[in-house]
Amino acid sequence: MNILVCMSVVPDTTTKITFTENDTKFNTDGVQYIINPYDELSLTRALELTEKHGGNVTVIHVGEASTDPVIRKALAIGAAEAVRVNAHPEDGMFVAKQIAEYAKQGNFDMILMGRESIDYNGGQMAGLVAEMMGLPLINVVTELDSDGSSVTATRDIDGGKQQVKSSLPCVLSAQKDLCEPRIPNMRGIMQARTKPLNVIEAVDQSSGTSFDSYKLPPAKSGVKLIDAENAEELIDLLHNEKKLF
Amino acid sequence: MSIAVFVETDNGEYKKSSFEAVSRASEFAKASGSTCIAITVGSKGGENLGKYGANEHIHLSGDGLEMFHPQTYATAVFNAVESKGINTVFISQTYSGKSLAPLLAVKMNGALVTGVVDLPESNSDFTVTKTCFSNKAFAKVKVTSDKSVLTLIPNSFSISESGSDVNTEEMAANAGSANTEVLDTQKVTGKVVLTEAELVVSGGRGLKGPENWNMIEELADTLGAATACSKPVSDMEWRPHSEHVGQTGITIKPNLYIAVGISGAIQHLAGVGSSKVICVINTDPEAPFFKAADYGIVGDAFEVVPKLIKRAKEIKGLA
Repeated sequence: MNILVCMSVVPDTTTKITFTENDTKFNTDGVQYIINPYDELSLTRALELTEKHGGNVTVIHVGEASTDPVIRKALAIGAAEAVRVNAHPEDGMFVAKQIAEYAKQGNFDMILMGRESIDYNGGQMAGLVAEMMGLPLINVVTELDSDGSSVTATRDIDGGKQQVKSSLPCVLSAQKDLCEPRIPNMRGIMQARTKPLNVIEAVDQSSGTSFDSYKLPPAKSGVKLIDAENAEELIDLLHNEKKLF
Repeated sequence: MSIAVFVETDNGEYKKSSFEAVSRASEFAKASGSTCIAITVGSKGGENLGKYGANEHIHLSGDGLEMFHPQTYATAVFNAVESKGINTVFISQTYSGKSLAPLLAVKMNGALVTGVVDLPESNSDFTVTKTCFSNKAFAKVKVTSDKSVLTLIPNSFSISESGSDVNTEEMAANAGSANTEVLDTQKVTGKVVLTEAELVVSGGRGLKGPENWNMIEELADTLGAATACSKPVSDMEWRPHSEHVGQTGITIKPNLYIAVGISGAIQHLAGVGSSKVICVINTDPEAPFFKAADYGIVGDAFEVVPKLIKRAKEIKGLA
C-alpha cells in the first residue's frame, strides 16, 4: 500500500501574527515553522497503515526551498521519500493542481492530508484533489482503517459522526483524534539526511484568487469587570443589555 | 449571469446558516445587477426561500440525492449551474458545505474561497474577507476568475426576511451513484450542537477535574447553550475531543462564549476569539483571557458559577 501525504509548512501555533509592507505580507521575522498539525496526523496514520500492509509513504509539499528543513522532519518521522514542488503556493486551487498532477503519475492507494492548514485555513485541498483526480473523498476523519483493498473511516458530520466505506484509491483528510503524532527518534533523524527529497517544477501556474492584504481582528475595547460577590449581575447584563437569551 | 446559494436541509428543515447565506447573497446579487437563485437538493424545508430574498428556487431531485453525499450533490448542483448560467455559488460553511464546495469549484473550473466573513457590496470589486491564521487575522482576497464558489462562515451575516414568495422549479438531476458507502450515522440528540450553537459555556483546567463539569452542564442547559472545553482538558480526557475549541480543535463563532477556568492561551483565543460577546471567569486577575473579554469576573468558579446558574434559572422561570 503506497500512500501520498500532502503537507503544509505553517507557523508554529504560538506565533503572534503580524504583517509587513503595508499589511500585504505576512511577517516571517522570528517565526518558527512546523509541519501543519493535521498533516502530521495524516503522516503518522499513513506510516501505521504501511507498517501493517507494506508499502511506502511519500510526502508532497508545494513551497519554496526555505521549507526543506521541515520536509526533512517528515522524512525523520518515517516517510520514505519527499517531493517539493518548487513554487510559491498562490492559493488552494494552484496547490491542488500541483498535487493532482504529481499523484496521477504515481501509483498511490491513498492520498491523505490534514483537514485544513492552520495558516490559510482553506480546508479545501482534499476535495479539490479528489475531484481533479476523479477519486472518492472522505473528509474530516477521526478513525481510519484499511484491509488493503478498501478503507473504512469515521468522519465528523454536522452534529454527529458517520462511518463511511470506500474502495481504493481514495482521498481522505485527517481530523484531530486520528492518532497520536509521532516524534522523530535519533535514528530517523540520521536516516532523513540521506532520504530522497526531489524538487520538481510547477505545472499549471493559474490560480483563481489573489491575496491582496491582511488585517488583525479589532481589539476589544476593554473588559468590564464584575465583582465576584455580585456575579449574578453578569447574567442580568447578558439578558437585559445584550439580549442574548 | 446569476448568483446561486446552495441551501442545506437537515431533518426536513433548512439550516439557519443557509438563510444567512441567502439573505446576504441576494443583496449582493441585486447590487451586482443579477438575480439570486436558491438551490435545494433532496428533501425540502417548509419555508419559502423568497422570504429571505431569493428570486428563484430550484429544487433538484433524483436517485442518489436522498441524503447528502459530496459527489452526488456536487454533480446535481452543477447541473443547475450549467442550465441557469450561474457564475457564483455561495455555500454555508458547515461540514457538508465544506465537502461540497471544492468539488463544485473544480467542476465549474472556477475559484474557491472558504472562510468568508465579509462580502463587498457588488461584484464590480469582487474582494472578499476571509479568516486566516486560525482566526488570528483576516485576509482580503480578490476573486479573479469569472466563476467562483464561496463558503460563508455561519453567524457572520444577518438574516433578512423582507422578500416575497417565489415558486419552486422542480428539476430532475442525474447525479449517478455515490462513490462511497455510508455504513452508519450517529447524530447527537437532545444537546445543542457545538458547531451550530449561538451560546457556548466552556470549561478549562481551572475546574480541577471531570467530576466538576456538572455545573458547566447545568449552566449550559439552563441557557440553552452547548458545552466546550480547552485543549488540556480534552488531552487529559476529562471531556471528549469533539468539545475541544481552539486552533487545533473546533473553531466557533457563537453570539456568547462563557469561559470558566480557562487562562486564554493564544491557541485557545484563535478558536473562539471571534465570538461576539466573551465572558471570562478566572481566579487569576492576570489571565491573558481578560484582555480579549467583554465581561470578566475574577473569582473562584465554584462560587461564581452556582450564582450564575441560580440567576439564569430565575430569568428563565425555572427556579
